[in-house]
Amino acid sequence: MTRHFAADTAVLLGRSLRHIGRSPDTIITTAIMPIAFMLLFVYVLGGAIQTGTGSYVTYLLPGILLITVASGVSYTAYRIFLDLRGGIFERFQSMPIARSSVLWAHVLTSLVANLVSVVVVTLVALLMGFRSGAGVLAWLGVTGVVALFTLALTWLAVIPGLTARSVDGASAFSYPLILLPFISSAFVPTDSMPGPVRAFARHQPVTSIVEAIRTLFAGQPVGSDLWVALAWCVGILAVAYACALVVYRRTIS
Amino acid sequence: MSIDRHLRTERVREPAIRVQGLEKSYGALRVLRGVDFEVPRGGVLALLGSNGAGKTTVVRVLSTLLRADAGTAVVNGFDVTTQAADVRESISLTGQFAAVDEILTGRENLVLVARLRHLRDPGRTAERLLDRFSLTDASARRVATYSGGMRRRLDIAMSLVGSPPVIFLDEPTTGLDPHARLEVWQAVRDLAERGTTVLLTTQDLDEAEHLADRIAILHEGRVIVDGTLAELKRLLPPARVEYVEKQATLEDVFLALVADEGTTSTAAGR
Repeated sequence: MTRHFAADTAVLLGRSLRHIGRSPDTIITTAIMPIAFMLLFVYVLGGAIQTGTGSYVTYLLPGILLITVASGVSYTAYRIFLDLRGGIFERFQSMPIARSSVLWAHVLTSLVANLVSVVVVTLVALLMGFRSGAGVLAWLGVTGVVALFTLALTWLAVIPGLTARSVDGASAFSYPLILLPFISSAFVPTDSMPGPVRAFARHQPVTSIVEAIRTLFAGQPVGSDLWVALAWCVGILAVAYACALVVYRRTIS
Repeated sequence: MSIDRHLRTERVREPAIRVQGLEKSYGALRVLRGVDFEVPRGGVLALLGSNGAGKTTVVRVLSTLLRADAGTAVVNGFDVTTQAADVRESISLTGQFAAVDEILTGRENLVLVARLRHLRDPGRTAERLLDRFSLTDASARRVATYSGGMRRRLDIAMSLVGSPPVIFLDEPTTGLDPHARLEVWQAVRDLAERGTTVLLTTQDLDEAEHLADRIAILHEGRVIVDGTLAELKRLLPPARVEYVEKQATLEDVFLALVADEGTTSTAAGR
């Protein structure tokens, strides 16, 4: 049965990508909120924020990219929920296909859709004055970190997708994820925060991931931040993947 | 056709579906309390029962979506618990709600299923089924624009992709108008003629009488009777001859009044 895993996943991936192609608004709405945050912070609040670096939009972009992904993955929960409710999920499960390919197709779809949204947001940032001294390798590094972060959050999104009782419930989990970058170094340096908040901000995953992307964008040699960031991503990915599979097994039997 | 079916049954002794002592509880609620029945190859069995009798639970166990607490179920010679993959290779399920992809077109839905069943020519398979279920004209339209009857037809068509030998139809006509119901009935008769084994659940006595060659009544978690319609009728006192005026039923009136472009006759003509 598993010998069909790749073929089945490809067929189901084609199905979900076709869904996105027919409702491109899912990509646009994913990109709009982060773009609005970017406009707000750069043109309204940014003047009062001291980052100690050059352009604020350049400082801001890494955090904005993470917010883009955090809001984008909620569509995975939404799509899985709809498949479950509509009965097509049961049709797939009663067919001779590799069972996990149903989930993998949704996860890979999320990867593709979020990378498109991230590219759109980056292009808007470029118009707003974002500049990077990064070489090809550094850009690949940024892509890799963002992709890994997307995979981790998408597997996290699979869980509410499988367990939610309503559409709202399926996507509500992403709100705290979207707020997490605000309590990190994404918008302002952590030095200005009071003690306990600063301690939290410095040790939560977003800060290290943001710092790693920022260093890569700046074309500087990456330090320990990158390894901490990768460790967080792989850690979240592993835990979310394991939990999602447990929930999945409970859902299908 | 029935002689042919008999020969087939003679040749393959093993019934297509054999259920023994099936039990399933949801918490304290004992839905199935020892269900036994068999469906011979090529047979159409109607599993009859009121709402909540456990019909859907039986179908979900047989289609490997749900694990029973006790008992055995064998489909096409494979055990549903230990040989689930082989069972899935042998069956197709049409659930209570049309399991179709609304965003894709009718044709794309069929091609999707054909690809997932690893057929060699998904396009041709789709064309054939679209034609057989009178959906060719609507094939390029998104399913979201289909009527309830069209969805149901597409749903059943999707279940026939790859011609699995055993098909489960869980309340296939619930919520359909009389026209669409007749279309589905015709589709089920076609299946039977082609030698497919059909397990049909319904709470519609009329439907069971029209489609099934055997009827099993599920009540309080057990099959309380199982037999042909004639056998079931013998359970009651012999018929008395009564003279009644033959009145048109509301269904006759409805179908006569709304008979338009021969929707039912095209379905029946195949």
